[in-house]
Amino acid sequence: MSKYAPLGGSLITRTTVIAGTLVAIMAGLVLYRFVFGLGAVTHMSNGYPWGLWIVYDVMIGTAFACGGYAMALVVYVFNKGEYHPLVRPALLASMFGYTLGGVSVIFDIGRYWNAWHLVTPGYANPTSVMLEVALCIMAYVLVMWIEFTPVFAEKWANAETKRKINKVLFVFIAVGVLLPTMHQSSLGGMMVAYGYWIHPLWQTDLVPLLYLISALAMGYSIVVFEATLVTSVYKRPSEGHLLASISTYILWLLVAYLVIRWADIAVQGKLGLVATSGRLSVMFLLENLLLGLPVLLLAGAARRAKAQIQFISAVCMLAGAGLYRIDGYLVAYNRPGWHYFPSLGEVMVTVGIIAFEVLAYIVFVKRLPVLHAAASPKDNQRAPHLAATTNK
Amino acid sequence: MNDDILNAIEKKLGVSRRSFLQLCAAMAATMGLPKGAEAAIAQAIASPQRPPVIWLHFQECTGCTETLLRAEHPTLDKLILDIISLDYHETLFAAAGHQIEAARKASMTANKGKYLLVVEGATPMKDGGIYCKIGGQTAHDLLVECAADAAAIVAIGSCAAWGGMPSTSPNPTGSTGVPVLIKDKPVVTIPGCPPNPYNFLSTVVHFLTFKKLPDLDDKGRPKFAYGRLVHENCERRAHFDAGRFAQEFGDEGHRKGYCLYKLGCKGPETYANCPSILFGDVGSGSWPVGTGHPCIGCTEQGVGFQKPIHALAEVKSVVPPASYPRIVEEQGEGMTFGSAAALAGIAGLAAGAGATIARNLGKGGRDDHSAGKE
Repeated sequence: MSKYAPLGGSLITRTTVIAGTLVAIMAGLVLYRFVFGLGAVTHMSNGYPWGLWIVYDVMIGTAFACGGYAMALVVYVFNKGEYHPLVRPALLASMFGYTLGGVSVIFDIGRYWNAWHLVTPGYANPTSVMLEVALCIMAYVLVMWIEFTPVFAEKWANAETKRKINKVLFVFIAVGVLLPTMHQSSLGGMMVAYGYWIHPLWQTDLVPLLYLISALAMGYSIVVFEATLVTSVYKRPSEGHLLASISTYILWLLVAYLVIRWADIAVQGKLGLVATSGRLSVMFLLENLLLGLPVLLLAGAARRAKAQIQFISAVCMLAGAGLYRIDGYLVAYNRPGWHYFPSLGEVMVTVGIIAFEVLAYIVFVKRLPVLHAAASPKDNQRAPHLAATTNK
Repeated sequence: MNDDILNAIEKKLGVSRRSFLQLCAAMAATMGLPKGAEAAIAQAIASPQRPPVIWLHFQECTGCTETLLRAEHPTLDKLILDIISLDYHETLFAAAGHQIEAARKASMTANKGKYLLVVEGATPMKDGGIYCKIGGQTAHDLLVECAADAAAIVAIGSCAAWGGMPSTSPNPTGSTGVPVLIKDKPVVTIPGCPPNPYNFLSTVVHFLTFKKLPDLDDKGRPKFAYGRLVHENCERRAHFDAGRFAQEFGDEGHRKGYCLYKLGCKGPETYANCPSILFGDVGSGSWPVGTGHPCIGCTEQGVGFQKPIHALAEVKSVVPPASYPRIVEEQGEGMTFGSAAALAGIAGLAAGAGATIARNLGKGGRDDHSAGKE
């Protein structure tokens, strides 16, 4: 018997209906975009070829989706088995995050009908950093769905198949840890390629390292965020003790990030820019405030154990690191004469993608053995009923 | 062309054959003649038969002759005086008085219908033309007399071309140009104050080589020299197009070499090749606009000596727009009400939801904590 079990309960709730509506709006907009072109829906231009879709759906979306990567790193590489209950939900969120990030790239590229060139050696440009990112993300999406196969297998396959899958799975888990390490740093590496178009406060050769560290921290934060939310919404037993330990990782990753970020700025003699860059100074300080707050909040073991502190820290961390990506690629990105602000259409498509993730997550946890069933049989029995009625 | 002829030229002109052939090629290029024309020019110049030239001076300042004297390739003494037979020229002749008038008449009789008449200066017509007399004859009488048997007539300088400076209002002597007075013969005008010597020399050499005049525009000007506006080849044109103008003499724009249009440059309405061939053979910038002064339109009737120097030119080719494009044009689309409202709404919802969840967690936080410990 698996330690995981489906949550059960009705799929038609207020949340799923709202999410479904938002997905339907997105579908309409995307259809319009595919027929009438990017200009009809987005504010992207030759000066700003990357808009909200890339910066949120890919840069932030895949970093949010680093939960699977971060947990796999802890559970399988550092062999900390006690975190096992958190792996599957994290992997599920990662799978959706990455898959939808990949899908939104198809929305974003102007000539989407040429997308197959990416995987065709004669057409692909092997010297492009974007190719590395694209192939890496594609491979990782595939690997994650393979990593997730035990979940499908438990529901539909027999014991023999499950055994076979588990035998080879370690290869994919290993690759699944390697790939995000590559592309999460490359996502930052593309910013280095932008050169002087990026404001000096954000432009540094250390961007790949900062992206990797912050992506890992985001991965742990999203695990905390999602576990807290699921616990709270579905009235499940708390995984607070695990989340407290994970929050320690967030704390030290953030300390490393902040030290590197500020030391780099200081060494390059750019500290003055922190105060003198006007609007960008505000953004920089806001970003660092959001990333600095969790360090203060999580510093003590007693405080770290509180679910409220864990949640606030995770949210601040996610917001700060998200803002770091938005600032780097949009706000601090300056093409003289060009300007950009996402159009309503772009915003609604991104909202639709988030809604789709939420919707699919709910469907999966209710129908597939994703969440840990071990803790309390009593709670577990009550859960389906409560989920249907208390779902917001 | 055989070596004998070239040797003969070397002896006759005192120039090396290399310099001579370079000169012929330069002439052909100035006139925009096809490949091979330089050989024909060399042949024509090398011919021992020198065409006679009679050069009249009327109301003028001798600037045209002076500018011709400053031509370097060829120099006037080395080429014009040897290639053509300058039978009468009031500035340059050695003889004087009745002697030279007799020489003119002799040449006209001997070369009837073959000589080239060059006129420098305007012809006064008021009060019977008494305001300019040479050897007891009025300018008009002289002109009519000499033009009668000329093969072709070249009116050099703006004064001869249409009256030029002497005809400036109120024009007290009733000055006018050759084309107004001589209607039965082709008159080439080489306007300019002074005209570029090479435009004159090239026209003469064209006549010698091909026994006909070059293509002329409606004002009798050779098209090879006056076919384009000064504005078209001006080295400051890019500043005009970009809207960078000197506003007054000595200001920052003027010092930086901006367009002189707003200082009254007549380049946009004046046809001449000044910016292309320059003056004085001293290299770039050696023309009025190059030195920082607006073109006064001296080659253009109705512009030069008529419009004030500071007056704005009437732009013939492209009219400057009311406003100019910025160096960096704003592009892309900014914030709209809808997108800003949507983002603000989402941010508000997220913040609200986050705060609510955090508050609820706070309520159950201790329980969670204790549960975790158990």
